[in-house]
Amino acid sequence: MPTFVEPNACNACAGEHLGPLCVYICPNDLMVLDPGMNKGANQEPEMCSECYACVKLCPTEAIHIRGYADFVPLGASVQPKRVDGGFTWTVKFRDGRELQFTYPSRTTPVGSSDPYKDFTEDRVNDLGGQGLAGESKWLGVDRLPTLQAGN
Amino acid sequence: MALPAVETVECDILVIGGGMSGCGAAFESKYWGEDLKVVIVEKAVIERSGATGEGLSAINCYMGQRYGWNTPEDFVKYVVNDMMGLAREDLVYDVGRHVDSSVHLLEEWGLPVWKKDNGEYERIGRWQIPIHGESIKPVTAEPARKAVGPENIYERISITHLLTDANDSGRIAGAIGFGVRENKIWVFKAKAVIVTCGGASNVFRPRSVNEGIGRTWYSVFATGSAYGLMIPIGTEMTQMEHRFVPTRFKDGYGPVGMWFQYFHAHIENSLGEDYTVTRDSELRKYEPYGSAIPTPTPLRNHQMFLDIKEGKGPMYMRTDLAMQEIAGGDPAKMDKVREEAWEDFLDMTIAQALTWASQNIAPEDTPSEVVLAEPYIMGSHSGEAGAWVSGPEDLAPPEYYWGYNKMTTINGLFAAGDGVGAAPHKFSSGSFTEGRLAAKSAVRFVRDNPGAVTVSGDQIRQLSEAIWAPLETFDKHKGASTAEEINPNYITPKQALVRLQKIMDEYGGGTSTWYTVNQAGLERGIVLIEMLREDLAHQAARSRHELLRSWEVVHRTWTGEAHLRHLLHRKETRWPGYYYRSDYPDLDDQNWRVFVNSRYDAASDKWSLSTKPYINIFK
Repeated sequence: MPTFVEPNACNACAGEHLGPLCVYICPNDLMVLDPGMNKGANQEPEMCSECYACVKLCPTEAIHIRGYADFVPLGASVQPKRVDGGFTWTVKFRDGRELQFTYPSRTTPVGSSDPYKDFTEDRVNDLGGQGLAGESKWLGVDRLPTLQAGN
Repeated sequence: MALPAVETVECDILVIGGGMSGCGAAFESKYWGEDLKVVIVEKAVIERSGATGEGLSAINCYMGQRYGWNTPEDFVKYVVNDMMGLAREDLVYDVGRHVDSSVHLLEEWGLPVWKKDNGEYERIGRWQIPIHGESIKPVTAEPARKAVGPENIYERISITHLLTDANDSGRIAGAIGFGVRENKIWVFKAKAVIVTCGGASNVFRPRSVNEGIGRTWYSVFATGSAYGLMIPIGTEMTQMEHRFVPTRFKDGYGPVGMWFQYFHAHIENSLGEDYTVTRDSELRKYEPYGSAIPTPTPLRNHQMFLDIKEGKGPMYMRTDLAMQEIAGGDPAKMDKVREEAWEDFLDMTIAQALTWASQNIAPEDTPSEVVLAEPYIMGSHSGEAGAWVSGPEDLAPPEYYWGYNKMTTINGLFAAGDGVGAAPHKFSSGSFTEGRLAAKSAVRFVRDNPGAVTVSGDQIRQLSEAIWAPLETFDKHKGASTAEEINPNYITPKQALVRLQKIMDEYGGGTSTWYTVNQAGLERGIVLIEMLREDLAHQAARSRHELLRSWEVVHRTWTGEAHLRHLLHRKETRWPGYYYRSDYPDLDDQNWRVFVNSRYDAASDKWSLSTKPYINIFK
């Protein structure tokens, strides 16, 4: 399909977000609100890369992936569930075997980044130099490498 | 059907594309240009847009200068060899010397990097560090969004054309596009523009068909806009003949780097042979690159290609042997390696995990097929197609320097990531870094050139009509046929895409022709692609979604045409394993260790091709 929406589980993000979150996030403009059903749907399955952006964001876990019809046999599934700081993945094989893995994905609270914290580069006097913002703190070596004499 | 309203945004710096390089450009611009208005325009939403939106399992460009692992000079030597002798040393070095700071910042913002017991980064290769990278894109986007301010991020707008100054066609003035989710034309006027859009997937006919064409190896949302925007205004391009053909797990296109470098797996043909052993002598034909360590990527492809062409496939990654070797019979060790193996896919290519599960492949028991994919044209990862840009002033020789690092041959137009040519092996971290470098330079350009740019009203009107034309075309002609998709007056964007893919595959060296081209075939392909380019003006779109697809195929077609013309110009086989010129089968360092550049002139509708010297900076 590759993403498909379980009709009974989708409530078009009522109360969560203005318009379905899958429509908001899809990087390829595929997910749409089907006006007849008032539910999310994939309008162009052959342009879906199964990136799972919508699956990961769906608040009711209504979105799943049915693998590409041209090479994926039926019966398997891979489904993520958001947990604190990462995801738990359930992998179901065609033959019924099941694996579960949990991986971290972020070490800091969402929204906590502080873009130029402790940056000391002078915005006027260092503009003509080669150093980037924050490099005196973050490059990891004292001096930015450049062409050595003799090269 | 009336043209929609035109909304104009004036800014100092416009960043087109919100991928890794776009986020880097926005972040850096606003530091140096605290008082400047910096705008990002993006066709999707920056938290999940671009090639890394799905996530990543490794950072493939990290020097580890603080650990003494590598110097930027080491990186230049490695990259030049992997590219069979052709990469701009100044540009590669520039990314290398700065990239560690970007990686350290990403970690600070929340990217989980694998660590050794002593706190050092784990390594899976000389330049590669493993990450729990599912969220690399939202982690990267967050500080960019904060830096420029959410009100300066214009999402769901597809940029179709760059605008040059009404009084100077060699000076950038902004960009124009349309709202993907609302009927509106958007004009951005800017003193400097940074193109950070993607390279191109789906230019060549993919191996998969129907639904599977969305599972391209490189992001399906990467539609060649970096090239499709810059070429039509006469930007000088370089190395557009280069392509990357990835060796990947079959169909799902899951990554193999971790398997080679971390699990030490190898590939065998159906006879149990390892082509890196049986075809070692083949490398001697391509010296000095054949003896480089590691063997350059195209040559490893070439060795496997010979096996496949001789009918010795299928090719299998022996995941089973590698995992059993690591575990050594210890179930706890096997659990760990199994968890790592699946994470490699679940962090970045989830479709491959589903492909394994659907085919009952447990990698510890069952080897997994690998394949040479269809070609991709890009300037990041292992590709080097893109704009010919100025190098940094402390490194670039005069031939490679015109005032502002990463500025193209159009005044005020900068590029980064897939948009910069001859600067490969940037990957995610290097693209972010190159965006930062372009941005700092763009701020300096704006300080030096504070005057307002002029955009002509006529140009805006003409382009608005052209942008909206596919919707008008459908409206005007739909009555001529009882079937919407069969109409003598137009083609749909999907039909245009398929036509492009067929031309590229059959004349430009795709999979069906064993990546092989020659002069006669390329000339024929150019005739056909010129007709396609004419027909693109007769596309019909039934919705704004299809309008998006119409302009994506325009950008992909510019990319494809440039690729064919550059292939024709380079009279040698520089990258066996990526493509073969049957009429010039040998690598010819004597005459062709040069960059191939091109420039399209809109007034005459003519391309001119030239070569630029390779200058060895780091002896």
